[in-house]
Amino acid sequence: MELGPYLILGFLEGLVTAAVLSLMAVGLSLVFGVMRVVNVAHGEFFMIGAVLAWQIASMIGGHPALGFLAALIFAPLLVAVLAMAADQLVLKRIAYDPERTIVATIGLLYIIQQTVLMTYGPDARPVEAPFNERLSIPFVEWADGGLALYWPWGLGTTSYKLAVIGAAIILLAAIWALMTRTRFGLLMRATQLDRETAQAFAIPVNRVYALVFGLGAGLAALGGVLIVPIQQAHYLMGHDPLLLSFIVVIIGGLGSLPGTVVAALLIGVSDGIISVFFTPTLAKIIATLGVAFVLIFRPQGLFGKRAL
Amino acid sequence: MTVRQKSWALHIGLLAALFLLQFILPTYHHGSLARVMVLACYAMGYNILFGYVGLLSLGHALFFATGMYGMGLVIQHLGWPAGPALLAGLAAGFGMALTVGILALRTSGVAFMIVTLMFAQAGYLAALYFGDYTRGDEGFVIQQADRVLAGFDLSDPTNRYFAALLLFGMCLVLTLKLVEARFGQVLVAIRENEERTRMLGYDVHRHKLAAVVASGTTAAFAGAAYGLLFGYAGATFASVQYSIFPLLWVLLGGAGTVIGPFIGTLFMFYLIDLSSGITSAYMLIAGVVLVLLTLFAPQGLAGELRRRRVPWLP
Repeated sequence: MELGPYLILGFLEGLVTAAVLSLMAVGLSLVFGVMRVVNVAHGEFFMIGAVLAWQIASMIGGHPALGFLAALIFAPLLVAVLAMAADQLVLKRIAYDPERTIVATIGLLYIIQQTVLMTYGPDARPVEAPFNERLSIPFVEWADGGLALYWPWGLGTTSYKLAVIGAAIILLAAIWALMTRTRFGLLMRATQLDRETAQAFAIPVNRVYALVFGLGAGLAALGGVLIVPIQQAHYLMGHDPLLLSFIVVIIGGLGSLPGTVVAALLIGVSDGIISVFFTPTLAKIIATLGVAFVLIFRPQGLFGKRAL
Repeated sequence: MTVRQKSWALHIGLLAALFLLQFILPTYHHGSLARVMVLACYAMGYNILFGYVGLLSLGHALFFATGMYGMGLVIQHLGWPAGPALLAGLAAGFGMALTVGILALRTSGVAFMIVTLMFAQAGYLAALYFGDYTRGDEGFVIQQADRVLAGFDLSDPTNRYFAALLLFGMCLVLTLKLVEARFGQVLVAIRENEERTRMLGYDVHRHKLAAVVASGTTAAFAGAAYGLLFGYAGATFASVQYSIFPLLWVLLGGAGTVIGPFIGTLFMFYLIDLSSGITSAYMLIAGVVLVLLTLFAPQGLAGELRRRRVPWLP
């Protein structure tokens, strides 16, 4: 296979990563933007989303689409409720103090991860995709007498992967509409702008915080449910996406939704393309150092206006 | 007794008690306590930065592992003897702490935490990437023949215990000296009010950098000693978990107290030791303790003690 098909394959895989990553990172960014909370346990919400998807799908028999649909609805809801409980029981009591919330969410990370290890076990388990047709992609080559199409071996994608990309686009549009077109979005933006003034105008800041934390966790869980037919559910699967979504949120500028989506595309696609050519470890080293240097030399991110 | 005499009596007393314990402890706890003392040095190094300057680093495993690999790699690949290798670990840790300090101190608050976390993550991945030399997660054993320092075989439990006690005593006395010195007082002033300290004419940035270097170098020395005393170096010691541990120990024992890191390390070591006998999910305990601490005792054990009973505790 020549270079071109490899690039297209890397780009397509990268788009799937970007789709899931953007959902997760938008959740992280919302929580940071509105509550000024750095949620280190975000990756674990992604992981429970995937694990619950397996649980729900294996409870419901019949056609795989049925179980998957149920998982798509109930897993994020359950995770959101769990996150809201964590917010009320822990974060609210330490008054959202930035350093103490980081320590507390590190604690939550271990509690969630290890509880899953104790109940669900250390195995990776798959969920069947609701539909999974293979689609081959043609590529052009010089044949005698001009350009001709051919189907390189291994270049292709599945209908499910395309559906994931589509679902992410719809969900992101819905989030954008929620933020800009609804009353709840207005309350969120008011709280984000100035917490005390919002409180003075009788906005129930505490309830907004709990809902935002639930919404952020729910988005991460949705990402987990969407990825689980491609990548199996495992109790440590939250680690890498957490790192990547931190990178995305920081590069995109904290609390900036369009910046986050653009950065997710950038990181996801370049991750896909880089890992075609280099080992994933080297790609991760470059990415983590890149984030550190962005924070050091351009703390407002590449698109943001506000420093961390 | 003056406050100063009382605090010296307490800390020297602790060292004397640890010396005497060597003769009565059963073998298993004898080994565990040696480990706890070396790890407590790591925690004390962490405490200089977190407890006294108020800078929360999430990447101290980078320094611990730098010291460990700086020591282990020159033994493994260059055949250096233990003494120079220990110094190589120290020097590597110093260089790493200086570099990270210069870069990371351009940020503050949450950004500082994330930058240190990212540097440590890059270090961990680098240890995996250069697996030909470091043997990655699997790590490598430092042979018994290479673990002889000044004629003492450090693989012998008694020698090992005394080496650990010597190291711990050094760290404890140095930290105590640091707290009493002007330098330490300026660090506390920075923690309490950075702007005001700057206004009083202190060079805040230089003091912070010196604290990062002191903290990182201590952590690296603890890492080098840990590798030498227990004969193993591996990438696990560079992972996020080993950055979280010193934070946990210091928080539990009491940030900004000299004795706190030891109490926290001892308590947590045995808690995890006991619970890993019951379940493989022993990090669950660490998580629960972290959450409970932030909720109910942000000052830690020694901190609460100081607040309630012994206000002179340094």
